[in-house]
Amino acid sequence: MTFELSHYNAALLFALCASTVFGITQRSTPRDMLKYAAYCFALFAGGVIVAAWVMWFIKH
Amino acid sequence: MAQNATTVNQPQNATAASWTSMATIAPIAGWLFPGLGHFIQRRWIRGLLLMLAVCTMFFAGLGMQGKVYSFNVGDLLDILGFIGDLGSGLLYFLARVMNWGGGNIHRAVADYGTKYIVVAGLLNVIAAIDAHHIAIGKKP
Repeated sequence: MTFELSHYNAALLFALCASTVFGITQRSTPRDMLKYAAYCFALFAGGVIVAAWVMWFIKH
Repeated sequence: MAQNATTVNQPQNATAASWTSMATIAPIAGWLFPGLGHFIQRRWIRGLLLMLAVCTMFFAGLGMQGKVYSFNVGDLLDILGFIGDLGSGLLYFLARVMNWGGGNIHRAVADYGTKYIVVAGLLNVIAAIDAHHIAIGKKP
């Protein structure tokens, strides 16, 4: 069984799973868990986009 | 007076005993199978989400043809990879028994898969520690 993912989709799946665990484990109430998970996901996904643009500018 | 003190202390000792056993069992169960430490404490939704997150990462990593590290005393990164993989508990032993995770150096995504498997183990350790915190009453 092989699993084909683009680099960006792989990064998004990673962000989704990691932020789910971070949200549940690092906060106490469900509302705070959801907010923190969304915050972590935004940082992961945003970080990927920012890093991609930085690499593009370095190359050009 | 002394009898009263003994009577009052008995329930506290009983509570302390159950508190200690759950505080030990929950993280071990959580390490063995993702989310199990939360399930045995009736945190069903949290346990389910943790199980889905860790298992998705682990099996996605295998699907990307990532490498599952075996015990080794060679390169430091290989040793750390083994320790990270071991965090997945029974999933790791299942992968070893089934001979999954041979790796594929010809695919760039396979390297991502290797990292997925290591991170799944590390996240599972965080989840097991969270189960311990719930058991000792540090977290609701």
